[in-house]
Amino acid sequence: MSEIGAFLLEKTVVGSVMFGVTLGVVAYATLGERKLSGFFQDRHGPNRAGPWGLFQPIADGVKFFTKEEFIPDRANKALFVIAPTFTFMAAGFLIAVIPFGDRIVVNGREILLQIADVNIGILYILAISSLGVYGVITGGWASNNKYSLMGGLRSSSQMISYEIAMGLAVVALLIDHGTLSLRQIVLNQTGPIWQWSVFTHPLGFIIFYVSAFAEAARIPFDLPEAENELVGGYHTEYSAMKFGLFQFGEYTHMTLASGLIATLYFGGWSIPWLTAPAEPTVWWGLLTFAVFWIKTFFFMFVFIWVRWTLPRFRYDQLMGLGWKKLIPLAVLNILAMAAILIATGGAGME
Amino acid sequence: MTPGDYLPILIVFGIVGGFAYFSLALTHLLGPRRYAPIKQDTYECGVDYVGDSRQRFSVKFYLVAVLFLIFDLEVVFMYPWAVNVRTLGWFGFVTMTIFLVLLTVGLLYEWKKGALEWE
Repeated sequence: MSEIGAFLLEKTVVGSVMFGVTLGVVAYATLGERKLSGFFQDRHGPNRAGPWGLFQPIADGVKFFTKEEFIPDRANKALFVIAPTFTFMAAGFLIAVIPFGDRIVVNGREILLQIADVNIGILYILAISSLGVYGVITGGWASNNKYSLMGGLRSSSQMISYEIAMGLAVVALLIDHGTLSLRQIVLNQTGPIWQWSVFTHPLGFIIFYVSAFAEAARIPFDLPEAENELVGGYHTEYSAMKFGLFQFGEYTHMTLASGLIATLYFGGWSIPWLTAPAEPTVWWGLLTFAVFWIKTFFFMFVFIWVRWTLPRFRYDQLMGLGWKKLIPLAVLNILAMAAILIATGGAGME
Repeated sequence: MTPGDYLPILIVFGIVGGFAYFSLALTHLLGPRRYAPIKQDTYECGVDYVGDSRQRFSVKFYLVAVLFLIFDLEVVFMYPWAVNVRTLGWFGFVTMTIFLVLLTVGLLYEWKKGALEWE
C-alpha cells in the first residue's frame, strides 16, 4: 500500500474509533446523569433495562429511531430538519484535535491517538464550538414557536457572551505555553504534578470552567431550557432522532468540554511523575488513553454534581456575570500573566 | 506543517456529518407518520396558539451580538501576541496594554450606557 493510502486508512480508523468511543461515552453519560441524579435524590434511577439499567442507552437509541418524526405545519421545513445536525456536527467536529492519548504501536506502525495534531488546535476548537450557535438559533427560529424562539435567542446570546470569557481565559494559558498545539500543551505538563497548568493558572481555570458550564447550557446556566418558563427551549417542537441529535450534541459538547479542561489544565493524558518510554508501546498508549478518560469522567461528574447543588440564575444575573465580572477579570488575568512571564525572563513554567 | 496535516480533519467532517445524516434518514424511514391537523399545530401548552412567532423581540439580543463581534475579534487579535509573548517582551506588552485599555474603555462606555442591563 502506498504511503498516502496507509496514512488515510490510519486516520480513518483512528477517527472512527475515537468517534465511536466518544459516542459510547456520550450515550452512557445520559445514563450516568440519571443514575447520579437518582443517587443525589435518594432514589434508584433507571434500573429496568438490563442489570443496573445498563441497557438503557440502547433502549433510548431504539426509541429515538422508531418514534414518529414530527414537523409542525407552520415551521420552516428545510431549516427545521437541518438545525439538529448543525448542533451535533459542531460538537462532533471537536474530536479532530483532542489529544486522546500518546502514541501506540500496531503492527510496527506508530499511531498517534489524536486525529489531527495541527498547530492551530485551540483556534480550531474555538472556531468550531462557536458554530454550535447556528443549530440552536436556526432550530429555535424555524420551529415558529414562541418558546423555541425565546429559547434559541437566550441560548445564542448566552453562548456568544461566555465564549469571549472562555477565549480570554485560554489566552492567559497560551502566554505560558507559547503554542496552540494541544499535544504540545499536554507535553509541557508532563513531569511532577505541579506542572499541571491549573497550579499556574487557577484564575484562568475557574473562568474557563464557569464559561464551559454556560457554553454547554448546564445548570446553573440552563436558561435556554428553563423548563418552567420555556417548556423545552429551542427544541420544544422536536421529536424522534431530530431531538436525539440535539441531545447528543449537548452531551458531546459537555463530554468534550470536560476533556478540554483535562487537557488544558490537568495534564491531559499525561500521568504525573511518569515519562513516556523511549519506544512507544501498546500498553503505554492504552494507559494514556485510559488516563485521559478518567480525568474527563471526573469533570463530567462535577457537571452533574453541580446540577443538583446550585439553583438556576436569572437571565440578567447570567449576562451580568459574563460581561461585568468574567471578562474584566480575564483581561486582568492576561495582563498579570504576561507581566509575570516577561519580568521573570520567560522562565515561568516550561 | 503541510496542508496534508489538515486532511484528517476533513475525514472527521465526513464521519461525523455522515453519522448525522444517516441517523436523520434512518428515523425518517423507521418512524411512523400519521398526519393530524391538531397534532401538527404549534405547541402552546395545549391551548390554541396566539399570533405568530415571526415578530419583534428585544433589541438587547442584537446589542449582545454586536458586542460579541467586537470582543471576539479582540480575542483573536490576542492569540498571535499570546503565543509570542517571550520574543515580543515589554514592547509587545505595552502595545497590547494600550489595545486592551481602548477596548476596556469601550466596555465601560457600554456598561454606563446601560447596554449590559437586562430588566
